[in-house]
Amino acid sequence: MKIAITTSGKDLDAPVDPRFGRAKSFVIYDTESDQWSVLDNAQNLNAAQGAGIQAATAVVKAGAEAVLTGNCGPKAFRALSAGRVKVYAGVSGTVREAVEKFLSGTLRPAAQASVGEHAGMGL
Amino acid sequence: MRTRLKIAVASSKGGTGKTTVATSLALALADAGSVEFLDCDVEEPNAHLFLKPTIERREAVELPVPQVDEAKCTLCGRCAEVCQFKAIAVLKDTVLPFPELCHGCTGCWVLCPEQAISPAGREIGAVESGRAGRIGFHHGWLRIGEAMSPPLIRAVKRQARQADFTVLDAPPGTSCPVVESVKDADVVVLVTEPTPFGLNDLELAADMVAALDRPAAVVINRAGIGNGRVSDFCRSRGLPLLLEVPFDRRIAEAYSRGEPLVAAFPEYLPKFAELCRSLQEMARR
Amino acid sequence: MKQLVVISGKGGTGKTTIVGSFAALAERPVLADCDVDAADLHLLLAPAVRHTEDFTGPLRPVFDKRLCTGCGLCVEQCAFGALAPAGTAEGGCATRHVPHLDSIACEGCALCSFVCPVQAITMRRVVPGRWFVSDTRFGPLVHAKLGVAQENSGKLVTLVRNRATEIAEETGAPWLLIDGSPGIGCPVIASLAGADAVLIVTEPTLSGKSDLGRVARLAAHFGIPTLVCVNKWDINEALACETEAESEAGGCRVVGRIPYDDAVPRSIVQGVPLVEHDDGPAARAVRALWRQIANGCNTLVG
Repeated sequence: MKIAITTSGKDLDAPVDPRFGRAKSFVIYDTESDQWSVLDNAQNLNAAQGAGIQAATAVVKAGAEAVLTGNCGPKAFRALSAGRVKVYAGVSGTVREAVEKFLSGTLRPAAQASVGEHAGMGL
Repeated sequence: MRTRLKIAVASSKGGTGKTTVATSLALALADAGSVEFLDCDVEEPNAHLFLKPTIERREAVELPVPQVDEAKCTLCGRCAEVCQFKAIAVLKDTVLPFPELCHGCTGCWVLCPEQAISPAGREIGAVESGRAGRIGFHHGWLRIGEAMSPPLIRAVKRQARQADFTVLDAPPGTSCPVVESVKDADVVVLVTEPTPFGLNDLELAADMVAALDRPAAVVINRAGIGNGRVSDFCRSRGLPLLLEVPFDRRIAEAYSRGEPLVAAFPEYLPKFAELCRSLQEMARR
Repeated sequence: MKQLVVISGKGGTGKTTIVGSFAALAERPVLADCDVDAADLHLLLAPAVRHTEDFTGPLRPVFDKRLCTGCGLCVEQCAFGALAPAGTAEGGCATRHVPHLDSIACEGCALCSFVCPVQAITMRRVVPGRWFVSDTRFGPLVHAKLGVAQENSGKLVTLVRNRATEIAEETGAPWLLIDGSPGIGCPVIASLAGADAVLIVTEPTLSGKSDLGRVARLAAHFGIPTLVCVNKWDINEALACETEAESEAGGCRVVGRIPYDDAVPRSIVQGVPLVEHDDGPAARAVRALWRQIANGCNTLVG
């Protein structure tokens, strides 16, 4: 399956971005083939509103079934749930470490948004 | 003699005395003809604290937002494509509207190929109308958390009846809420204070009224606390300086208690009547 | 790094005056003036601009005169009344009636461009403002100028905020101090997002109290710890006490009060922060206010 990991960098050794809607990029990682690609999220960095929704749409379109991130706001959470994508929040470290944690089954999916609206705008 | 004069009171800088001037104008005019007062600061309305109107009716104001009929929807994604505000998204097999982001442009329901979207109402606030003595009074309360005030300001303006004098109390700033409040006025009064902040913001306000092609005049409030650069600016821009209200702690104290200036200090009544005559002259030209 | 946003509900209570002094008192702060509609903070900080950029904002329709047939469909469909039929022909051709655009009423929804049967409308981004990164004696200042009569959707506020945050992170600044705007609409909402604490500066008047209630509810809606300070408290001591009591009862923390002092307008005329201008009653109160906020930051702001 494909999973999306938020990152402030461009590869597996880059740190996990604590934000979802305004993350710099997403690493789309295929857990079956171990192939990965980077999905740029630059258009959302300065959006006043709708960044989470747009990011969610992009991630769903990329075929991800799970998102690994630090935090996820309420609109993004709604959108990801509608797209049947599981959200794993509170993830940190490098992208590689996040993938390993996911594969080892130690992560638990979130039942709701982990932060209030627009929290990532100041981080 | 021109009747039906619409006066907007604005300022760009907050706290300069817009409500003081607007309420005093309305009170000074109440005997000269019919007066309608519109408090267009729907984010933080204050005029009711001074005019103390009896509210006769209250109406919720709604904006149209999309509602999707899932039976008709084919998930084509056209709605999400056309929405410039990210207020509707299509994810796998769900269409998700985000009403709080919707501007009510009608694009998604007009362009939906299956006619699967229809408008539903979303409450953005309420308007209230009543009377303060002989003055017709209208204001609005924006729902807290609601981002956009212009639609509610338009709703407040729609409540007003035709009158000899309409006084609009604008919110601070120079952007969309103020533009909405000021754009139909015959003349705009810019209230300022004689300090560098007052001057900086008066320049912005003068540019705004010029962009809207409205004649404008200036009232200096708290005269004496700063310097003369605001008066110099008015002269250089050809903005008539029609009234100066000196700083007086007693005026500040009366204001704090919700007493209109012309009620606490009746010597100002003729000054505001004179202000209005000057504004009528300006509007006639 | 702690982010403090200073707002007021009611305008003119003293936000900028106080932020100007906090800039002088805080340790290595980064400053942001998020009152993009009527920015004044720069008047106290003598900034030297080192970087400036256009702010590209909303979309506006552009009409191709050669393709437009004057059918009026766009005029009919515009939900904001931003298009009106042209009165006379353009370019001498009697059959062409390109609609007139009211750029202020237009909300950039692009519906006109979608409904036009001959694709005569394209949407173009306009530049309604400019933003700046400046150096001041106290730290970097990010500020902006929104063009007059423009849409203030909060996007420019967000940009200023984000850039200031980046600078604070890059330089390891302990404080990001944000001067907000009056009201409770988009610019205020945009400035609040991500704040660690909000300081509401109010005044002891009926107007101030009414407005404080509304903006405090907005801050509570975002779950941000809220601090309150009554400025010019001695204009009406009874109301000042009432305001403080109601704020505390409403879950806010009262962190100080400042007396009326005509040194304040004098310091503004001089163009310097109050605490550098003198050591009078208001200046001393502002120093005490900052000490309360900075020293108590683990409990108040954490």
